[in-house]
Amino acid sequence: MALTPAVTDLESLKGHPAVARLLAWNTAVVQQAKFDRGEMTIFIERGSIREACLVLREDPVCEFNFLSDVTCVDWYPAEPRFEIVYHLLSIPNKERVRLKVRLNSASPAVESLTSVWPAANYFEREVFDLFGVRFNGHPYLRRILMPEDWEGYPLRKDYPVEGYR
Amino acid sequence: MILNMGPQHPSTHGVLRLLLEIDGENVVRIMPDIGFLHTGIEKTCEAKFYQQVVPLTDRIDYLCPMTNNLCYVLAVEKLLGLEIPPKAQWLRVLLNELTRINSHLVWLGTHAMDIGAMTVFLYCFREREEILRMFEMVSGQRMMTSYFRVGGIALEPPLGFFDRVRDFAGYFPEKVDEYENLLTGNPIWGMRTKGVATISADDAIALGASGPTLRGSGVDFDLRRDMPYSSYEKFQFKVPVAQEGDVFARYMCRVLELRQSISIVRQALDGMPEGPIKANAPKVVLPDREKMKTEMEALIYHFKIITEGFAVPAGEVYQAVESPRGEMGYYVVSDGTAKPYRVHMRAACLANLQALPKMCEGRLLADVVAAIGSIDIVLGEIDR
Repeated sequence: MALTPAVTDLESLKGHPAVARLLAWNTAVVQQAKFDRGEMTIFIERGSIREACLVLREDPVCEFNFLSDVTCVDWYPAEPRFEIVYHLLSIPNKERVRLKVRLNSASPAVESLTSVWPAANYFEREVFDLFGVRFNGHPYLRRILMPEDWEGYPLRKDYPVEGYR
Repeated sequence: MILNMGPQHPSTHGVLRLLLEIDGENVVRIMPDIGFLHTGIEKTCEAKFYQQVVPLTDRIDYLCPMTNNLCYVLAVEKLLGLEIPPKAQWLRVLLNELTRINSHLVWLGTHAMDIGAMTVFLYCFREREEILRMFEMVSGQRMMTSYFRVGGIALEPPLGFFDRVRDFAGYFPEKVDEYENLLTGNPIWGMRTKGVATISADDAIALGASGPTLRGSGVDFDLRRDMPYSSYEKFQFKVPVAQEGDVFARYMCRVLELRQSISIVRQALDGMPEGPIKANAPKVVLPDREKMKTEMEALIYHFKIITEGFAVPAGEVYQAVESPRGEMGYYVVSDGTAKPYRVHMRAACLANLQALPKMCEGRLLADVVAAIGSIDIVLGEIDR
């Protein structure tokens, strides 16, 4: 199973139902798409992530009805620094898609998905706790794993592994 | 009244703290408070070589170490584009199903004890002990096995291992009958579990519940069958589904899974292919001990893998497996170096725990204990 190079050309990825659905809804939303190692990644414009998820969930063909995971990757010192990563699963179609939103390092914030999937609640709190990314519209955005009075965001790349001493 | 349950409470299965707002004996609101076991495993992973992360994955969910090992190595193998020989894949399936039985036995024993059936605990741990001994035989460790490697498995199973597993697979179904005799038809067990802590299929999906918690609500979805990995597609098994969505439905799903798992174990034993247990990738897989003593090249590769690790082509993968608790997912990002840029674990329990308030609010306080048991939480996995 040799690795095939990633496909990043949006034209040739239009056949994928999730990409096709999002493009049909609003072409400005899809910034970029990537098909690599059998997995589809779609970069979404940062203001539209909630609507994009709603579109994918409600679409009768795609039916991405399950939010598997929300996490974040810190690309410090590059800008845009944060990538919020959403893994959606379609239980009827047995298919996954990855949505990504890029955020700058200055007060990173993105719209919360809790109104689409209540499952986003803990996942987003975890990202807030460990990366310091705010989720607007989250019902209870507080630290979840670290103590309430903890300073700093441990999973950021500029945070030392041993912590500050 | 606000009642504090945990973090030191026997029925919270670890260090879960629940803030319960109660009105008499009725629960009005539940606020789970987690994080007591947070050890920063995801951060630690970023400072280790790819092969050094395997022992960390055991410690996430200490009841199903092999499942976590498998999920992580599958993710890295996908990043590398490695082909795994059939024998290694079948051994992984075999050990994973034993792990599932192990985990379900702990769940069944503790869950029944929470509700007041003491005997089941002793019976379950009797069989669990045998599984742990088999793990010790094959990996040298009872719980933190770290037996899988990127590219295969660590060692050939020792002589007599397969006979021991076959022996176990022979008598285990009888033991499941024993547990079921004590519980399934027991009217007290029925009163404590039937119609208790119900959750609908739509709510379970919206809250991200997976595994038996989802299947107990009538959603027929199992990653082993629907998105197969490690040649699960070559095994015949049924996915137990129950419609009621209550504690009893989740109990039935898991008990039936015990029987299915032992059938998969038997199939794996019968059809175990011959051949190597490691992939043919000298830059990734450690050479055999014997080769190292005779071949210069093997020695060089060994030295390089141990001191420098192996570089993984840049990219990202999300690999999910069906753990005993639900969808266990590893999201691994590589930047082309020998250390993972980011490892994220999607913990099934974290999502399942979110369903707890939905199950219990408006119900009796005693049902909270039954509900916690029924979602089978492991705090190590939730807090990581």
